Amino acid sequence: MRKLSVALGLATVFLASLAMAQAGKDQRRSGYQDMGPTLQKMQDDDTANPAMLYVQAGEALWTQKAGAADKSCADCHSAGSMKGVAARYPAIPPGGDRPVDLEGRINLCRTEHQKAAPFGAESEQMLDLSAYVALQSRGMPIAPPNDPRLAAFRMHGGQLFKGREGQLNLSCANCHDDNAGKKLGGATIPQAHPTGYPIYRLEWQALGSLKRRLRNCMIGMRAEPFDEDSEDYIDLELYLMDRARGMTMDAPAVRP
Amino acid sequence: MANVLINAPGTARKGETIELKALIQHPMETGFRPGADGRLLPRNIITQFTATWNDIEIFRMKMSPAVAANPYVSFFAVASESGTVRLRWTGDRDFSAEGSVTVTVT
Repeated sequence: MRKLSVALGLATVFLASLAMAQAGKDQRRSGYQDMGPTLQKMQDDDTANPAMLYVQAGEALWTQKAGAADKSCADCHSAGSMKGVAARYPAIPPGGDRPVDLEGRINLCRTEHQKAAPFGAESEQMLDLSAYVALQSRGMPIAPPNDPRLAAFRMHGGQLFKGREGQLNLSCANCHDDNAGKKLGGATIPQAHPTGYPIYRLEWQALGSLKRRLRNCMIGMRAEPFDEDSEDYIDLELYLMDRARGMTMDAPAVRP
Repeated sequence: MANVLINAPGTARKGETIELKALIQHPMETGFRPGADGRLLPRNIITQFTATWNDIEIFRMKMSPAVAANPYVSFFAVASESGTVRLRWTGDRDFSAEGSVTVTVT
């Protein structure tokens, strides 16, 4: 009997994977696809998407000279050269030994090249500038680097994603892998692909980073959020970006 | 000066009804929310929005604390002559912002 059920189980798995292969369709859905048509329209129209207000400010910061080196971002980079950057990070910077996210990379530029004070974590200026940089990657596929040094960090991120925590004893995967597409209260549970960060979240009435979104989830499951400068955020982001590999960037996105 | 995004058709036929849309960056702090220290954050909202077409007022709106941050306003106007549509937001703490678009009427 046991053998039979194992065989049946295997057959089901085989059939399911066969069906998926035959359909040849990516089963992944971005948060954009799970939104209603009115919100999609709001995001698509650059004069209705409130995140574009922050992009405007970010564009001004891009050309503003700063620090002892008296250099602006534009003195070293063209905005066009930022194409694909947000789709690639987190990555290990030259000479570094652990990955940094896009915000971390911006602050490295500020301290190393501009000789300026780093932006505060999730400060208005950091959000503005990262929104401007992320916009350059709009429409591009998420393409995490194939750096073998990232594997260990990514694996740790995967453990964080799948590990249960908090008073409700939930893991990220419980909702976003096992129950995505179903309802939590009135809201559809998304698959949690970070395609559009930083996002303008209507609930926040402001632009926010992926870290803020992750903290939000952790508070929701009655877990203690990571510390502000915790490396766990980066590891989790690495895992999420790998999970969303090939999906289309739609930053800066609107989410409900 | 606050960031402003305006969406209006650049051209319109005479007599055509056109839609004008405007978005402005503003916290719209209600005055009812406590801050991190437990004390109420002082009210800071946009109180009035006006639109003029060649200096003739065509639209006016009063805003209340119930309006969300970064308010988005959309309204309609009949294109009667070419000219400049000027949008103006005023509010608490002497807040004032302006934006304009030109519409060519054929």
